[in-house]
Amino acid sequence: MSTLTWVRRRRAISRFWADFRTHRAGMAGLVILAVAVVLALIAPLFIDSGVTNVVSGTGAKMAPPSLDDPLGTDESGRSVLLMIWWGSRTSLLIGFLAALLSMVIGTVLGIAAGHFRRWTGAIILGITDWFLVLPSLVTALVLAALLGGSTATIIVAIGVTSWPSTARLIRAQTLAVEARPYIERSLALGAGHWHITTRHVLPNVAPLLLASTTLEVASAIVTESTLAFLGVSANKTSWGTMLRGSYDWGAATAGAWWYILLPGLCIVVVVMAFTLCGRALETVLNPRLRTRAA
Amino acid sequence: MLELDELSVTYRIESGDVPAVRGVSLSLGAGEAVGLAGESGSGKSSVALALLRLLPRSARVAGRVLLDGEDVLAMKWGRLRSVRWSSASIVFQGAQHGLNPVQRIGVQIAEPLLVHRLASPDKARDRVRELLEQVGLPAWRSRSYPHELSGGQRQRVMIAMALACSPQLIIADEPTTALDLMVQAQVLTLIRQLIADHGISLLMISHDLSVLADVCDRLAVMYAGRLVEAGPSSGDFRHPYSQALAAAFPTVGDPASRLAPRGLAGDPPDPQRLPGGCAFHPRCPVALESCSTVDVELRAAGLDRTAACVLVGD
Amino acid sequence: MLEAKDLRVEFGGRGGRRARAVDGVNLSVGAGEIVALVGESGCGKTTLARTLLGLERPTSGQVSYDGTPLSYTGRRLRAFRRQVQLVLQDPMGSLNPRQTVYEAVAEGPRIHGVPDEESVVASALSRAGLRPPERFFLRYPHELSGGQRQRVVIAGALALNPKVLIADEPVASLDASVRGEILSLLLRLRDDLGLSALVVTHDLGLAWNIADRVAVMYLGRMVESGPTVDVLTNPQHPYTRALLSVLPESPERIILTGEPPDPTRIPTRRPLHPRCQLVAAGHGTDACTSVSLPILPATPTSQVACHLVP
Repeated sequence: MSTLTWVRRRRAISRFWADFRTHRAGMAGLVILAVAVVLALIAPLFIDSGVTNVVSGTGAKMAPPSLDDPLGTDESGRSVLLMIWWGSRTSLLIGFLAALLSMVIGTVLGIAAGHFRRWTGAIILGITDWFLVLPSLVTALVLAALLGGSTATIIVAIGVTSWPSTARLIRAQTLAVEARPYIERSLALGAGHWHITTRHVLPNVAPLLLASTTLEVASAIVTESTLAFLGVSANKTSWGTMLRGSYDWGAATAGAWWYILLPGLCIVVVVMAFTLCGRALETVLNPRLRTRAA
Repeated sequence: MLELDELSVTYRIESGDVPAVRGVSLSLGAGEAVGLAGESGSGKSSVALALLRLLPRSARVAGRVLLDGEDVLAMKWGRLRSVRWSSASIVFQGAQHGLNPVQRIGVQIAEPLLVHRLASPDKARDRVRELLEQVGLPAWRSRSYPHELSGGQRQRVMIAMALACSPQLIIADEPTTALDLMVQAQVLTLIRQLIADHGISLLMISHDLSVLADVCDRLAVMYAGRLVEAGPSSGDFRHPYSQALAAAFPTVGDPASRLAPRGLAGDPPDPQRLPGGCAFHPRCPVALESCSTVDVELRAAGLDRTAACVLVGD
Repeated sequence: MLEAKDLRVEFGGRGGRRARAVDGVNLSVGAGEIVALVGESGCGKTTLARTLLGLERPTSGQVSYDGTPLSYTGRRLRAFRRQVQLVLQDPMGSLNPRQTVYEAVAEGPRIHGVPDEESVVASALSRAGLRPPERFFLRYPHELSGGQRQRVVIAGALALNPKVLIADEPVASLDASVRGEILSLLLRLRDDLGLSALVVTHDLGLAWNIADRVAVMYLGRMVESGPTVDVLTNPQHPYTRALLSVLPESPERIILTGEPPDPTRIPTRRPLHPRCQLVAAGHGTDACTSVSLPILPATPTSQVACHLVP
């Protein structure tokens, strides 16, 4: 029995994939992302964390791109290429985890706010709105400064400040789903809160969530880079830190364009890839939401 | 004044052609009321829309629609626009189709008048007041928005809109579905009175045979895109489908239908997958062997009546 | 079996006014009987049905099942749900479009932890007339016809082996030729399984077709009730008479003017008098505009709430 359901699920997934493939921009984004993730994952095979060691810099300081160091070197003689490559791991990791945290908090609170009416829902909504109005970057900054700038705390700082918009979105969708007659039927069958939220609301909210998460990752990477640039991150290796380094060490005045441009370019490309992907996901999944929800 | 000659409508969609209407011929005299009955998939709404060429581009229409002798399907765009609403208008299901939620209804009723340049804005306002009175709504209602009106009132507004340009033909598409019994009765009485007062011809479309029998002089029943019966509304049905449709709405007080709901097995057919032979045979309670292979045309079945069944006539 | 006593259900309307959807109703559904709850939109019949199911809490009065008053908490409410089930009007909306037929029917048994799920689902589908049931397990609602979808909804309700089925306009959104099947199904369930049913509808023909008793509601109150044959062939209350008269077959039409008023502004205590045809014809008495009528008790014999009927 369950194998047959899997057959249906597989068919649905292949239909989704066929649709997604037609979006060229989305596919481009996906390809870029795949390349970035793969590179980040295989980095330890080629280099090790020692590459960030200030002392190990072998090249001349602030040297322009050459055959030895294809992307130039930074102020300690470390290869910019290797730094970017190693740094991608941090940036992507923080981006993903922070987005995940934000999504989890946002979804749980969003569904709760939509599902529970009266007091509970109102309170949750109030909290959401309060956080929504809070300037997220400033709060993240303060949190990161207070908690220390380790990777974990950065993730928490970003996650904790970016969940409200997701929560609002999910709440709106929850309200829409719960207005449909089959929810009432479920209630009549004897379903409790858990059953309705997990078996009916969550699956209907999931597509929106997927698209939203993708966009959230992009946002988290930017925030992380900003925090690093502003000097709050204790992290040594992310792209934002590199930008900070370029700023600290006067790369602009020294004419070391490779130091400023390249990490920034990486951020832009990855963020754009996520955005394209996320938008394509939305278009593919949303009309289906509309036609299926007859 | 209205004559349909082998009207066919085929929708073109990704999975192929959908023959919604397959050769319908019907005629309507001046001042006459004809009812078109059918269920989902019968093609009746397509017929209504085809009359004024309101079908989407993906629809291919064949045959002729003669409005006072002129073929609507062959009309040039300018002529069609002038014909629309001034010679023939449509009353849609009020709640869904025709009313713009952000415009006051007075403005909406006046719209066809202004579009067809039949009145100046001032005269239009007077006409709107007149129309509202005719449909039984107080004149101050012209300043209301659609959501402020009840279902029955909205339907009256739709009727007022249809009457705006004093057409000779009104096509009413499911005008009383979704209305309460009492309100339905009010609306039907109104329609009957208006067409009698103004001598308008009426083509009423519904799935409810009893409603049609009430208002119309003649009835035509559609199934799977074809007419299966046509005849006076008084008098018994001869085609098995019409009989089943009539039996689905039992007469209260009739002991025969007490605790004995009558209906048909199966479902109305998918226009893309019509059965061979007579389209009705899979569900027909009196189908013969031959019905699955031989299709039937309308044939004489009694006084001024035609039915498309081998068992009818001689 | 299922009984409502002095039920009143109010909603807070706009501007703080309370809308009395159900304004004092006594209703009972006995074992193995089909009761039709008839009325126009806004009369409170759907609210009454939902309150009987425990989906809505009454402002006063009580709902009881098998003699025990309904409790709205946890386990006892769950147990109640196994006995009384719901069939809604719109079969497309009642089914989650992402769930297969199997999952939709299995939902009830899963919630209540019923063992041997697959055979329960198969038996429920067969009882609802979808045979062979296995053929329907993996279908999605949009692949089925309207009649089949409604059968799936009924199967979902049957899967819990309820004693009472509450159906809100079960055939209103179905094609005319398909109505007969679904109505026959309900009759068969009554005959074979002893299932009671409360059918909420505005369609008097439906009541004539399958109901043992009819209760007519207007503006939250029961105005007449009794055996179907009595109420529909010999109606006593002016409202019932008017409803029956607008049916196409009837010789004389009594068409009430206007429409049912806003439930937050019920005209004094005798709600029908502004529209009542007898009052309009001058037969009304002073009592009609001033004295409120008692709430009809829930007995199987005919009852009428009208000052002009002795």
